[in-house]
Amino acid sequence: MHKLLTQEPGKKLLLLGNEAIARGAVEAGVALATTYPGTPSSEISANFFNIAKESPLYFEYSINEKVALEVAAAAANACVRSMCVMKHVGLNVAADALMTLAYVGVKAGLVILTADDPFMFSSQNEQDNRYYAKLSGLPMLEPSSVAEAKEMVAYAFELSEKLAEPVLFRTTTRINHSNEIVTLGDIITPVTTGDFPKDPFNYVTVPAVSRNLHKKLLKNLAAAAKTSEASQYNFIEGNNGPWGIVANGVSYNYARDAIRDLKIEDRVRLLRIGFSHPMPSRLVTDFLKGCEKVLIIEEGEPYMEENIKAIAQEAGLTIPIKGKAEDLFSRLFEFDPGMVRKNIARYFDISYTPVTPIDLSDIPDIAQRPPNLCAGCSHRATYYAVKKAAEGKATIYPTDIGCYTLGLLPPLSMADFLICMGSSVGTSCGFSKTTNKKVISFIGDSTFFHSGIPPLINAVFNNHNFTLVILDNGTTAMTGHQPNPGVDMDQLKCSGYGRVSIESIVRAIGVCHVEMIRPFRIKKSIEAVRKAIDFEGVSVIIAQEVCPLYAKGLKMAMGKPFYVSDKCKNHRDCINELACPAFFIENEKVKIDPDTCVGCTLCAQICPEHAILPLKEKSKIR
Amino acid sequence: MNPAKMDMRHMNVTRLIIVAVGGQGNLLASRVLGEAALLADIPVRMSEIHGMAQRGGVVESAIVFGNARSTIISDGEADILLGFEPSETLRAMNKCNPNTVVITNLSPLPPFTVAIGKGQYPDLHLVQSIIRRKTKKLIAINAVELAKEAGNVLAVNMVLLGALIQTGILPVTIDNVKEAIKTRIKAAFVKINLKAFDLGFQSAQKN
Repeated sequence: MHKLLTQEPGKKLLLLGNEAIARGAVEAGVALATTYPGTPSSEISANFFNIAKESPLYFEYSINEKVALEVAAAAANACVRSMCVMKHVGLNVAADALMTLAYVGVKAGLVILTADDPFMFSSQNEQDNRYYAKLSGLPMLEPSSVAEAKEMVAYAFELSEKLAEPVLFRTTTRINHSNEIVTLGDIITPVTTGDFPKDPFNYVTVPAVSRNLHKKLLKNLAAAAKTSEASQYNFIEGNNGPWGIVANGVSYNYARDAIRDLKIEDRVRLLRIGFSHPMPSRLVTDFLKGCEKVLIIEEGEPYMEENIKAIAQEAGLTIPIKGKAEDLFSRLFEFDPGMVRKNIARYFDISYTPVTPIDLSDIPDIAQRPPNLCAGCSHRATYYAVKKAAEGKATIYPTDIGCYTLGLLPPLSMADFLICMGSSVGTSCGFSKTTNKKVISFIGDSTFFHSGIPPLINAVFNNHNFTLVILDNGTTAMTGHQPNPGVDMDQLKCSGYGRVSIESIVRAIGVCHVEMIRPFRIKKSIEAVRKAIDFEGVSVIIAQEVCPLYAKGLKMAMGKPFYVSDKCKNHRDCINELACPAFFIENEKVKIDPDTCVGCTLCAQICPEHAILPLKEKSKIR
Repeated sequence: MNPAKMDMRHMNVTRLIIVAVGGQGNLLASRVLGEAALLADIPVRMSEIHGMAQRGGVVESAIVFGNARSTIISDGEADILLGFEPSETLRAMNKCNPNTVVITNLSPLPPFTVAIGKGQYPDLHLVQSIIRRKTKKLIAINAVELAKEAGNVLAVNMVLLGALIQTGILPVTIDNVKEAIKTRIKAAFVKINLKAFDLGFQSAQKN
């Protein structure tokens, strides 16, 4: 049985934040869950995927966050408890659905999880999605710990039903990817089938209907504000003054630790905000009234700070309230315990000597260790093929979001522009129209399904001129090998799925020049790319080769390792042009680590001396 | 509005940073320590940055034992630094202070940037002398050799875990950790992993 289906209330488990969140939803009787995978949220849905195989839960990997939210929105309006999980930027994709879903509301609980990523450990921006709550008028909950996250998810379903609105549940990476001891609760048996009684004048958002629905939303928002005032997730600790600290999310943990470390328990009142939209104005006013000065500790934007300053103004309070400032907290990146301790000490003028860090000035420069495409990754071969095919041409390489974005790094250096999912294709239209350079863009299979199709239709219709390379490695590799519509689900021993062919889509769109390549057949691939580049108009190359990590995970047959024989004359084309992690230098000679090499043969094919050979005679060259 | 919530047991807090290269098994090592703490009834909080783990990048875990709420560790505030790879141990020195105990594996895994001439791999003697000079104690062992001796090169993480427990700084016992290894690791590999743990423990004693 899946660990998260354990029926032992009171049992303690060490859980990852994302596991605790999934468990919280299971305890709340979630019956339908949807997602598009994205770090740091991915493990929530990876658990749902497996839980669904042995429980009544329906779970799907939707093609993008907008569709995921639409699926969940319908289910919640058919009286089925639903959850929709995504990373923070996913909510941008789902925002169109979100804004009007707020007008329509829900019948059963709908929890929309947005996983924000301060410091951008694995994201293209660090936007603060608390503003989505404000923008949409929806309630928002933010846990401070893994254990609280589990409890709060269950509460979010109840809240959603009470207010008849979806609830936004915001985490940050340090909640998603922390482990903590969690106590299991009871599991509510999910109700998987509901009903949708027709009521078009409340559900079909034509202007006349929406004018009424907006009024309803404002009423619901007022009810949410009342609930926020009394919520157990907004609380004050320490009845002492005169110093006030307000904190949310993980900042609350750092504040609590700092208060103890600085031994100022008897001088501080701490307001923890866990129900952050709408802000509890009365609670905040009461809190402020007991304080001489207040410090607001929140990662990201000054969301609480702006609110609290406005609340203070209404209450006629003129005490100093600070948060984001040159000498205090930044809007940039994530916070840490030492930083919070230092800023609390500075703001309240507490004498405090931080630990003496060691002197790092005489530590030698250490070679960087950036992440790299895996040994045997076909993206390396495709990039090499494109590079060779485009040699001598001025090029622009718009790229997209996936493992292949690592092609940015030298020596491949095959990425020039990226803003969001699917942007490779849309921006290719603009670059090809406004420059005289050859535009060749890259997109992965999952990203193509997510948001690459509409811009490709745009390109055909508007007669743009570029080559799109679709890197089809048969899985959503970067986020942990989730399925996408092009995946052969039989390989995952899953039945009942359809399968969508990328080639058929591309041809159906009307792209005239389409060619499939097997990237490890390098000469043929270079030739195919050359032809595609020479084509006037939209051309598409589909590079098909399974992700080696995925293949390994599925125990598919792998190639045998290669070695560098003594025919090597040290040109080092292999290492300098491919930088495969299987290479290393020993005694000034290139060597291949047989434990890392998976026998993709790419280096063997480009070696001018044909010095790279299979390690054993009997091993096959693909 | 509960002032009692402010009242905390002043249990000692021990902060451990583990750095490794993707694929070395440090996340499993962290999980074992977390389970050991659960068995010992010691509060434990851990955070990890993964995602790029399988793409050859650096993987860092922070494990905080005792009564703290934070799951991450600020620069200069680690009580122990455990490095699975010598250059990564050196790179993580920003987490140390003069009282930090450092444990490092001595088997290098040079990053590919070295192979393409975009950086230097530091001299191993220099790595050790710098760490020794700047911190309270350095325990340096060849974990790969010991893992091979135990029967599987992949048991490097358990060798290092053994060395870590030998320091006695963490609030978990040998038995807690061995018990956790048994629950977290597939039955077929438990024997090798326990042997690796013991070899690491003994090696740290001699260090």
